[in-house]
Amino acid sequence: MSDDTRDIEALIDLMARLPGLGPRSARRAVLHLIKKRGPLMVPLVDALRNVAENARPCLNCGNIGTSDLCAICADETRANGEICVVEEVSDLWAMERAGIFKGRYHVLGGTLSALDAIGPEDLHIPKLLDRVATENVREVILALNATIDGQTTAHYIADQLSGDIAVTSLAQGVPIGGELDYLDDGTITAAMRARKSF
Amino acid sequence: MTANLPEPVSGTCAIEALFLSHFRSHKVTRIEPKARLVALYGPNGAGKTNILEAISYLSPGRGLRRAVPEDIRRREDAAPGWKVAARLRVGDTQHELETWAEAGSGRHVHLDGKAVPQNRLGNLLRILWLVPAMDRLWTEAAEGRRRFLDRMTLSFDPAHADDALRYEKAMRERNRLLKDQVTDAHWYRAVEAQMAATGAAILLRREAAIAAVTAAQRDGLDIFPKAALALIGPDADEDFPRTEEALLDALSEGRNRDMSAGRTLVGPHRCDLSAIYAAKSIPARETSTGEQKALLISLVLANVRALAMATGAAPVVLLDEVAAHLDQERQAALYDELDALGAQAWLTGTGRELFDALGARADYLQVTDDAGLSIVSEAGLNNQH
Ligand SMILES: Nc1ncnc2c1ncn2[C@@H]1O[C@H](COP(=O)(O)OP(=O)(O)O)[C@@H](O)[C@H]1O
Ligand SMILES: [Mg+2]
Ligand SMILES: [Zn+2]
Repeated sequence: MSDDTRDIEALIDLMARLPGLGPRSARRAVLHLIKKRGPLMVPLVDALRNVAENARPCLNCGNIGTSDLCAICADETRANGEICVVEEVSDLWAMERAGIFKGRYHVLGGTLSALDAIGPEDLHIPKLLDRVATENVREVILALNATIDGQTTAHYIADQLSGDIAVTSLAQGVPIGGELDYLDDGTITAAMRARKSF
Repeated sequence: MTANLPEPVSGTCAIEALFLSHFRSHKVTRIEPKARLVALYGPNGAGKTNILEAISYLSPGRGLRRAVPEDIRRREDAAPGWKVAARLRVGDTQHELETWAEAGSGRHVHLDGKAVPQNRLGNLLRILWLVPAMDRLWTEAAEGRRRFLDRMTLSFDPAHADDALRYEKAMRERNRLLKDQVTDAHWYRAVEAQMAATGAAILLRREAAIAAVTAAQRDGLDIFPKAALALIGPDADEDFPRTEEALLDALSEGRNRDMSAGRTLVGPHRCDLSAIYAAKSIPARETSTGEQKALLISLVLANVRALAMATGAAPVVLLDEVAAHLDQERQAALYDELDALGAQAWLTGTGRELFDALGARADYLQVTDDAGLSIVSEAGLNNQH
């Protein structure tokens, strides 16, 4: 590698580490960016820097935003007494795309797994129990995967939500081990409408 | 002979063409059997069992040798991996199946050109086998018998594989909690709920398989022994937890004991298959080596019969070195029954004469070794013996 292409090669290497991109597509993307320096590359650099400086998890629900409280948690009209528990931020975004759910979320950031040393604290489950008590929650919807770890986590949470709080889960239609992110809006909507008591 | 054979079944379930590439001693081997019964004969080490092993990879799991995929690639070749391909006939439809593994990766499966999960294979082709390693099945540890029973169960219900995987996964989670001395009761309850649900399903399916094979034994030939089969718990306990509720209770009550042991001591993974040899009313493990072998053959035949009844098609049967253990009358009886059941059977033996009683009903393939390379050749009628 000659000195004068080293920086470009370094950029390609970084791009190739992005999900969905390999070395080939990374090279094409970088060439494209250089060609569209003004209209694309410079705004991209600004956007990257801005997000790099400001992106952080919502202190309340774990959604990713650029302030301490995400837009959903800041919006009082979404305090409707329902909390939907999801594994990942991508699941939350998938639910939002479907537009069916009008309450708030709680992002676990994974599932309980003794083998992977992921315990209840790592998943902010104590925080969830706290929120249920303080946010006037009537229903907790467990939108977790049908994997063993997903179902163990659902069971763990349900077990600790006693009394007058309804605990429901998404209806059939969510494939075993399937992630919400991969489902189309219609499937998510149907699974949400037909949710059942856990 | 009191042959009480069912009508040959109409449905078919067979391998029409088989292709092995860089698979153990086989560099490139292609077999297109014309008959339903296939006799592979040749000296020890020629590569006969390797062919049966290749076929066993057309079903889910680790094959009949329970090998790691990396050990299978032909050592002498520079190829990055191995492959088994087959054209299958299932009822009226044909399927192209390919399975392969390359260094460092698991086994891949393509069905009709599309990637599918391994467990899908169970819905397609049912394969049963009997190999010499199972000769000590009745005298060795319970694990082998459990595996035998689970293959039997899987042959009736492919969903058994998914439940077994899920149970296994939940149990590993619980064992990790026990080893780490975690005391969070909610966490145990959550994991145990998964174990109890899948565990109860596993036990129900095993019981159903035992019932089906038991019923099918009644139609078996009298010259093969019969046995009373039962699912039993650890230490031959017949009163072990079977239902979801009973499993939940047993797991929760056993937590302290299991924590000292560092693993789960109750559940379907601790069960055993008991067999009482009917003619003598003694446990199978107390009978002679020959009687034990004959019993295994008899159970596999009962399994084939039960499947033919339940699904309308007999499974593919792999019988490795089975004929050598049978006298001529039993050899003939075995072949007649496989033929009558309509099963595609792949049989191996060192000499062609072991298959004499098959006559014109079989395809004869000679397997020989040429300096570490297996050669499969069709034996014409003129080079008999
Ligand atoms: N990965 C491998 N590469 C090459 N040869 C192998 C491999 N694994 C096993 N073999 C050879 O296969 C032969 C055994 O074949 P097998 O099918 O068991 O013989 P048999 O005809 O007696 O059933 C042995 O000679 C062994 O060295
Ligand atoms: Mg052999
Ligand atoms: Zn939030």
